[in-house]
Parts: sequence; C-alpha cells; structure tokens
Amino acid sequence: MTAVSDAPATSDSVLRKQHLIDPAVCIRCNTCEATCPVDAVTHDDNNYVVDVEKCNFCMDCVSPCPTGSINHFVLVRTPYSLDEQFSWTDLPPEDAEADAPAPGAPIEAFDDEAAALLDDAHRGAGGKVVAPASAAMPRINLHDRNHPAEATVTGNFRLTAADASADVRHIILDLGATPFQVLEGQSIGILPPGTDAAGRPHHMRLYSIASSRDGERPNTNNLALTVKRVAEPRADGSVFHGVASNYLCDLKMGEKVKLAGPFGSTFLMPDDPAADIVMICTGTGSAPFRGFTERRRRSMPSAPGRLFLFFGARSPQELPYFGPLQKVPKKLLDQELVFSRLPGKPKDYVQDRMRTRATDLAALLKRDTTHVYVCGLRGMEEGVEAAFRDIAAGVGLDWSAVRGDMRASGRYHVETY
Amino acid sequence: MNIVNVDYSTKIPNNVGLAEDRRVLKALEGWHPGYLDWWMDMGPEGFQQALVYLRTAVSVDPKGWAKFDYVKMPDYRWGILLAPAEENRKVPFGEHYGEPAWQEVPGEHRAMLRRLVVIQGDTEPASVEQQRHLGKTAPSLYDMRNLFQVNVEEGRHLWAMVYILHKYFGRDGRDEAEDLLRRRSGSADAPRMLGAFNEATPDWLSFFMFTFFTDRDGKMQLESLAQSGFDPLSRTCRFMLTEEAHHMFVGETGVGRVVQRTCEAMKAAGIEDPNDIARVRALGVVDLPTIQKKLNLHYTLSLDLFGSEVSTNAANAYNAGVKGRFQETRIEDDHRLTNATYPVLKLVDGEIKRVDEPALTALNMRLRDDYTADCAKGVDRWNKIIEKEGIAFRLELPHVGFHRQIGEFRNAHVTPHGKLIDTATWERDKASWLPSTADGDFITSLMTPVAEPGKFASWIAPPRVGIDNKPGDFEYVRIAA
Repeated sequence: MTAVSDAPATSDSVLRKQHLIDPAVCIRCNTCEATCPVDAVTHDDNNYVVDVEKCNFCMDCVSPCPTGSINHFVLVRTPYSLDEQFSWTDLPPEDAEADAPAPGAPIEAFDDEAAALLDDAHRGAGGKVVAPASAAMPRINLHDRNHPAEATVTGNFRLTAADASADVRHIILDLGATPFQVLEGQSIGILPPGTDAAGRPHHMRLYSIASSRDGERPNTNNLALTVKRVAEPRADGSVFHGVASNYLCDLKMGEKVKLAGPFGSTFLMPDDPAADIVMICTGTGSAPFRGFTERRRRSMPSAPGRLFLFFGARSPQELPYFGPLQKVPKKLLDQELVFSRLPGKPKDYVQDRMRTRATDLAALLKRDTTHVYVCGLRGMEEGVEAAFRDIAAGVGLDWSAVRGDMRASGRYHVETY
Repeated sequence: MNIVNVDYSTKIPNNVGLAEDRRVLKALEGWHPGYLDWWMDMGPEGFQQALVYLRTAVSVDPKGWAKFDYVKMPDYRWGILLAPAEENRKVPFGEHYGEPAWQEVPGEHRAMLRRLVVIQGDTEPASVEQQRHLGKTAPSLYDMRNLFQVNVEEGRHLWAMVYILHKYFGRDGRDEAEDLLRRRSGSADAPRMLGAFNEATPDWLSFFMFTFFTDRDGKMQLESLAQSGFDPLSRTCRFMLTEEAHHMFVGETGVGRVVQRTCEAMKAAGIEDPNDIARVRALGVVDLPTIQKKLNLHYTLSLDLFGSEVSTNAANAYNAGVKGRFQETRIEDDHRLTNATYPVLKLVDGEIKRVDEPALTALNMRLRDDYTADCAKGVDRWNKIIEKEGIAFRLELPHVGFHRQIGEFRNAHVTPHGKLIDTATWERDKASWLPSTADGDFITSLMTPVAEPGKFASWIAPPRVGIDNKPGDFEYVRIAA
C-alpha cells in the first residue's frame, strides 16, 4: 500500500492530498476565500486557488460554493504550487499511472482511519480504482472524529428470521437538520462511545449506506445501514463480540449516534440510465446494492440499463431483505438468490450461480456499459474471480485484461472485509 | 439562543432571537401576509405549485446553510439570517474610524442609513417582478430551477432589509417596509426606485445578462454596505453576499453556455465568419454580434446604477461610516481619504479626460471601476470559450461613456470604443451597437420551453456540473400537473 501523508512530501513514493478548484467552472465569487477559517484560499486576477500548506480539509468551503468548482481533491506526488494553479485555465489531466493509489487518484476519505479502511476494502479490485464516469460527484469527510454528526435512531429492525443464527439489522439514522449528503455506495464511520481496555477511544468502523441519496424515504434526511451483530466463538470457548456492531444492533429508538463521513469516492453507482450493473454480494454486502436498486427504482424506473443481483447467504432466513426482494419486479432487478445451507440440497455459492448465467455474463463483459460490483466477505473474492476468469475464457476473453480495462474506466469495483 | 443555528420555532426562521423580541416579531408577522400576497401576485407566474429543488439556509454555519430539497416556492422558509458577529468590530472607515461598531442606529445618520436600506431593499422584489414570466420559456429544468432559486433568494433579501427597517427604524421603518410591497417594476404610478429595475427582462439571454451585470452591481453595493459601521447592516449584507454568489454564477455560466452553444453550432456547420448572422441564426443559436449588443445594453444600464461619478452623497455616507469601499479592510491607506485623490473620467472641452478629484467625492467612480474590473474577468472567461472553439471573435466591455443616462456622459454620444460622436452619427449607427427590435424578436423566437429532464433548448449548452452534484438528467423542477 502506498503511503498517504499530510506531511510535506519527502520522496516520490509519498503521495499527498491536495484540494484544487476547477478554474473552468469557478466564477471567482470569493465565497470560499471569505469562508475558509485558516486562510488557505487566495486569488490573483486569474484564479482562486488553495494553498496546500494551509488547507486542513475542514470542508467549510464546499457547501457554500455556488458552482461546485471547489469540490476537487486529488492525490499528488508533488503538490501544485500556487503559481501553477494561478496559471491554469482547466484542471490538469489526471495522471493515468496504474499504481494504486496513483497521483491524480480520487481521495476516498481525508480521515486517515477511514482512508486506511477503505483502501484495504478496495484491494480486491487489483489496482487503482476510479469512480464510474457518470457517477455524481461525492461529498466526503463532511464530518470526522473531532467534528462528528449526531444522528437519531428512528428504526432498528431485525432482518433475519428470529430462529436464524445471524442477527442482521436494518437501522435507520435521522440526521435532522445536519447536512450529510451521501451517494449510494458510500460508507459512514460509526464512532462507538466509550474506550477500549487500554483507555483509548474505540476504532471507527465503516458501514455501507443501504439507502439511496435522497433518504430511506424520498426527501428525508436520513440513511439506513445493514448491520450484522458480530459474535464469533473463539477457540478457547469464549465469544468475541464486535464493539461497533453490537453497539448499533442494541440501539433503541431515539438514541443518539455519532457519525463520521460520508466516505468513499469510487465505489459509486453510475447515473447513466444505459449502464448495466452487475452486483455480487454476500450477507451485509448487499447494503450498497439496496441503495443502487432503490435509486434506479425512484429516479429512472424506465432505464434501458439492467440490474443483476447475485446474492448469497446460508438460507432464506439469513438473507437480509429476503422478503422485500420477493416484491422487486424482475424488470427492475434480475435476481439470483443463492443458498449454501439448504437442507437436502448441495451447497450453492454465488460463483456457481454466475457460471449458470455464464452466457448472460459473458455478453455483459463485452459491453462497455457494464459495471461490476463485488461486496461482502473477503473470502468470496477468489471464487468470484475464478468464475469471471472461466466465463471470460469461454468467449475468448482474457479476464485480467478485461478487468483492467473495466477498472480503469470505473466499471469494476470490489469492497470486501 | 444559538446564533449559528436557525430558530424555526417562530413562523419566521431566524438567527436573531426573534422569539425573545416580541415587538419586532409581531411587526414582521404583520408584514408576512402582505409579503405572501405580493409573492403570489408578482412571483414566478404559473409555477407556484411546482416542486422546485431549492437550497434553503438551515444555519449560517458554512456546512449548514446549503440544504437542498424539493419545495413549493410559496412554502420556502424565508428567514432572517445574519452572519455571526465579529467580536470587538470597529468602524472601519470615515470620521468614526476605529470606534466600536454601532449596534444601534446613530441618530445623526438615521435618515441616510434608512435611505440606503430602502434603495437596496427596493431592488430585491423588483428583480422578482421583472423575471416573473421567464419560467414559461425556460430552456431546461436546470435553468428553471436556477431562476427560481434566484427569485426566492431575492425574496429573502427583501426580508433581510425589512427586518432592519422594522428593528431599527420604528414607525418610519414600518411605512417603508409597506412601500417596498406597494411599488411595482415598470409601473407608471409606483415604479421601483432605480431605472434598471423598471426595465423588462423579456427573454433568457436578458436574464443571464441581468444576473451577470445588474446583480453584480448588487454585489458591489452589498460589499460596500457589508463594511458599514452599523453592525447589523454589515452582518446581514455579509450573509446576503453568499447567496448573491449564486446569482453571479447563473449569469456567468448562463451567458457562457449560450456562447459555447453558438460556437459549437458554427463549427459543426462550418461557418467561420461570426458576422454571417443570417446563417448562424438559421442554426437556432444566438449569433455572437447579438450577444455583444446585449452585453453593451446590460452593462451600460448597470453602470447607471452607480450614480454620478462625483457625488457628495457618497462622500457623506463614507465620512459617516455608513457605506465603505469595496474590500475596505484590505485597502492600505488612512481609511478617511483626507487628502487622497482619485482619477475620474470626465468630459472636458469636448474631450474625454481623466481628471483627479478628491477621492472622497469620487467613491462612486471607484466602486464602478472595481465593478468594471470584476465584469472584465467574466468576459475573459467567455472569450476563452470562443478561443477554445477556434472562432475569431472577442466579446468586449464597451467604453464607460457609451449609452449612459446618468453621470458625466448622460448628454454625450460615445461609441463603444470611446469616441465622441454627434447625434446624427449616433442615430445612424446605434442599431449596430444595441439590440434592435428585430434582434429582440429573433431572440424571442428561440424561447421555446424545454421541460424534459436532461434536455436543453437549441441555443444553450448543458452545464458542466449539476447543482448539488446532481446528474445531468436530474428533475430539478417537478411541474405541477
């Protein structure tokens, strides 16, 4: 993993985060300069620019900007100087180097804790990832550990059957009047209260947003999470209880939760209605795909692009949203629900079902409107990779080349944990 | 009371503690129904029931004041929002330079302050009135939404000024607040106070030019009032400026997109000569020379808003610490202008000359120069678009003596390049500098509405970025059935 640092670059291998203003969109209204609490924004007769030595990514300038030109953050080897920025008429082209994360790569989070978590989760994509070309511009890091948003719990429902071993919950968090703009596929950071045994605050945990950008219901300032209670038996007979997941699953209506984020600027859905989206997941990895599906249903119900869902769980009782999924029409969502522990049946995994649908998937891989998303436990990666490799080979395609192309154009995404 | 977050417990959202200020709250609640009547009568015609994706301030904190949602315009939460107070703020200029800023109106400056607040307040509803028919011919839902955002914010700016009148000017203030709802743009009986605000805004190119040029005058006036020693006025103007920036954006990108589309269409059709007007117009786009004429008109109408170049009123307002210069606190001088001079363009013995005048009386000229420099940067951006498309044409700001009704050049005829000419020459050539009726008719002929999400009229390019990061086909306005 390439180091990302706030400190001045000392060698070429260190990448820095830099905030840039798009001069082709900026209208030089001075709002950002007037808003910046650390005087990082300055201007000459030509451009408004941000001083990389002063900007602390507080994001205060982002919302008031009337143009959206302010919302550009990149990783660079050598930061652009003020003079370079003054001379621009357009942003410099993104560096297309293949290393991950490369200069010019989009920044997923300014918060180092969240950035490290996402970096790890996206490893499975096998290289530098970029957002789909038609994805909306995400807001990131509006809130961090030191300035968290406070949400109120307005729902906490068990999704899995009462007798299922897994306790997976649908949790709704209302942000009230706090601005917290999200996109489908982004994550939020949960900051559990209290401290660990050593007296330090608990680590942040990231959860994918399971609702769409306009809220759990249209035009509500809330978001939903899909959370599995972590209770893993240990070799010594004890049970490990995940701090954040148990905290979330035990929340009662009206309780307050501290949130950081939103985070993530690549695992986003394409807004192009012609895009076909293949979504492969297990368990709570379905969360972002619930957001994707809901977005399509609400905003472009007659989109020509299709949604395909390969969703694995042990049994229907343990598959989150099994009931609601039965009501989603095939025209909106082509579903393959796959179960590995059905009594009297052979184990069936998502990769097996992908092979069953090899003809459809092979046709999809050949189209440059196809976007693939994999989300769930890390263990699923290998099987999914193998299935794609075989499906591609079956039609004379080299999967690693196809995957590389798709990744470079923002059409292949992996988020596993 | 939390000064940053907005109190929604009263009918009027505010961060000025209205709930504890019964007198002013009652006065504003009394004014509210009249305001709504005015909005229904004179606000955007035909779209009062449409759901519009608008930005509403939920807090003056940078993260909080831009909350986007679908709202019916009459339900928009017009509120009273002041930028947070600066601790120990001092009067930054004039005779009272360095004294603590005033939290109440000083008796000796009361009439002058009231006049400035009323003039500023009068322009806000005026522009809503001028633009009320434009919704029907919007070139896209995106543009329609931007128009309505501008309109509701002008409405809020009226509220901002009316609050100052009610809070600080007693009975006189109440009467003035009523009159702000009584005057009408273009009315023969009760016109708006300033000339440019009685002109019609007949089409969308005029709207974009208006928001670029005329709203930019508003920006410069607000910038000067934001310097005021009267702290409540300074704070309200500072917050208004953040909203005003959106209006600048609509104007600059609006004209830019018209220019872009024209250049693209010319290139696609293989037309190299920008003056081949008939052929360019046949493409369903506005030819560049006509855009130049519209620019000439709106720029010069807006220059008139700055008043006479040499003005004792401006000097008095400055001396009194009531109205400062653009970015006053960043200027390094004595902030009293005791012995300073400023060069003013004047007509002297039949020639246009720069004459040094006392800087104090030349403040209008100075603000107008700052304004011209600000405009020139936007025109530069438009020229970059033309340049990028490889068309041999440049848009230019005309000479400040051209087509003026107020100030030094009101009785002279000056060409856009600054040459003095006689009346006969003016009458002969003016149609090549200012839009003619035929030009207006052509522009009007292009104004066919486009209401399908993601689609744009033939004469305007889509924006580079959506509002609030929304994708291109976002339904910015849900028009009521």
